[in-house]
Amino acid sequence: MIEIENVRKSFGSLEVLKGINLTVAKGEVVTIIGGSGSGKSTLLTCINGLEPIDSGRIKIDGTEVHARSTDLNKLRQKVGIVFQQWNAFPHLTVLENVMLAPRKVLGLSQEKAEEIAVKQLTHVGLAEKLAVYPNRMSGGQQQRMAIARALAMSPTYMLFDEVTSALDPMLVGEVLDTLRMLASEGMTMICVTHEMKFAREVSDRVAFFHQGVMAEIAPPEQLFDAPQNAETKKFLAATH
Amino acid sequence: MFNTALSWSDLAFLAQGAGMTLAVTAVSVAAGTVLGILFGVIRFQVGPYWAAPLTFVLDVFRSVPLLIQLVLGNALQAIMKLGWAPFTTSCVVLSLYTAAYCTEIVRGGIDSVPTNTRRAARSLGMSWFQDMRYIVAPLAVRVSLPSWIGLTLGVMKDSALVLWLGLIELLRASQILVTRLQEPLFILLICGAIYFIISLPIARLGGYLEKRWSPND
Ligand SMILES: Nc1ncnc2c1ncn2[C@@H]1O[C@H](COP(=O)(O)OP(=O)(O)OP(=O)(O)O)[C@@H](O)[C@H]1O
Ligand SMILES: [Mg+2]
Repeated sequence: MIEIENVRKSFGSLEVLKGINLTVAKGEVVTIIGGSGSGKSTLLTCINGLEPIDSGRIKIDGTEVHARSTDLNKLRQKVGIVFQQWNAFPHLTVLENVMLAPRKVLGLSQEKAEEIAVKQLTHVGLAEKLAVYPNRMSGGQQQRMAIARALAMSPTYMLFDEVTSALDPMLVGEVLDTLRMLASEGMTMICVTHEMKFAREVSDRVAFFHQGVMAEIAPPEQLFDAPQNAETKKFLAATH
Repeated sequence: MFNTALSWSDLAFLAQGAGMTLAVTAVSVAAGTVLGILFGVIRFQVGPYWAAPLTFVLDVFRSVPLLIQLVLGNALQAIMKLGWAPFTTSCVVLSLYTAAYCTEIVRGGIDSVPTNTRRAARSLGMSWFQDMRYIVAPLAVRVSLPSWIGLTLGVMKDSALVLWLGLIELLRASQILVTRLQEPLFILLICGAIYFIISLPIARLGGYLEKRWSPND
């Protein structure tokens, strides 16, 4: 379970998160939508401790992420994250990309790490690309590789930050299909996305962020068809 | 062919000078690179504010002419009664000079690795050191290599200035022969050719590595 309690965070004088509360249960899929600069990415990077927070608490399975005593490197093995772009390690082949962390972080043998990597890459449809370097692949394939790489650590939770927004429209589908597959397998996920149709399909709940505040959170039918918040209405009207 | 008074033992003398050039360059580039990596990582890690004193010192080493640094360095070690041989003094000064440039190269190399690539590494549970070792270092090296090779070749040529401390390196050896034999053009031609020959492997190494890496970038 991911518990976010009253999290505040500023960059300099700019308050980016103004008291966020959100609990994500095991197996749940929560998508976050909202305008540019509303703090969506910042929240994700706070969840796995890449960014410090100013106040509040984030707990993952009861472990407080930002507590001094927390071993973040260990905690992060539980929480996979995929970004919008520059996910690939460009000097490594696809297989090496996926094997690196299992080898070095989990300390698995070469054979075991390779077995896991091949399994995950097959899972996302990249079985033919093992020996290829990332720059020889499309953006969509690179994103699927990044997903496989995160999955190779057997995370309990996955965070996705607009993983399709740097892609050609043609390639968005294949990546969203991969996310759908994960959702249907019961992976606990938080997805920041601009793909409203996708959000409606896969989400258990959709959260709308506005200027550092979670203005509204509801099941997709309710949030999309009967939004309560004025800002949500405005945002949805603008995106349709 | 050439009607020259240059003898085999003179050539051996030049070769010895070249050996000295190589030795000074190798020690200085090696030490300067190690220091440059250290300083570059520190500069990148602590940010411009905390690194300001370090940056200031390195800027001094980059802007004051090397000749002045050598002479002052030598005077300083004498005042401090360190009793360094000219070779030691030369290597120390040249190492710091190299380190000053190398720091910038290293910092630029680290800077070139996209934040998200590093975040991806850290978010897989890699430690700061593992990120540095397996992701940042290989990528930064690829970016920095051309500048580093340029620096190395520059230091090799600049190392001629250690003749002011009395070391007989390649250029000084040539000067001595010129004075004795009065054949400046021929001897300087040979001297230049030797510089070229000892530079070639380093210059080639760059081309070779770039070619080897290019399909993956
Ligand atoms: N490292 C940083 N330093 C300073 N300001 C930052 C930093 N990261 C983000 N910000 C600022 O914080 C605000 C929120 O950024 P964030 O990336 O979380 O927004 P977002 O909701 O993900 O937007 P987008 O949809 O454009 O990705 C923005 O105004 C941004 O400029
Ligand atoms: Mg964002």
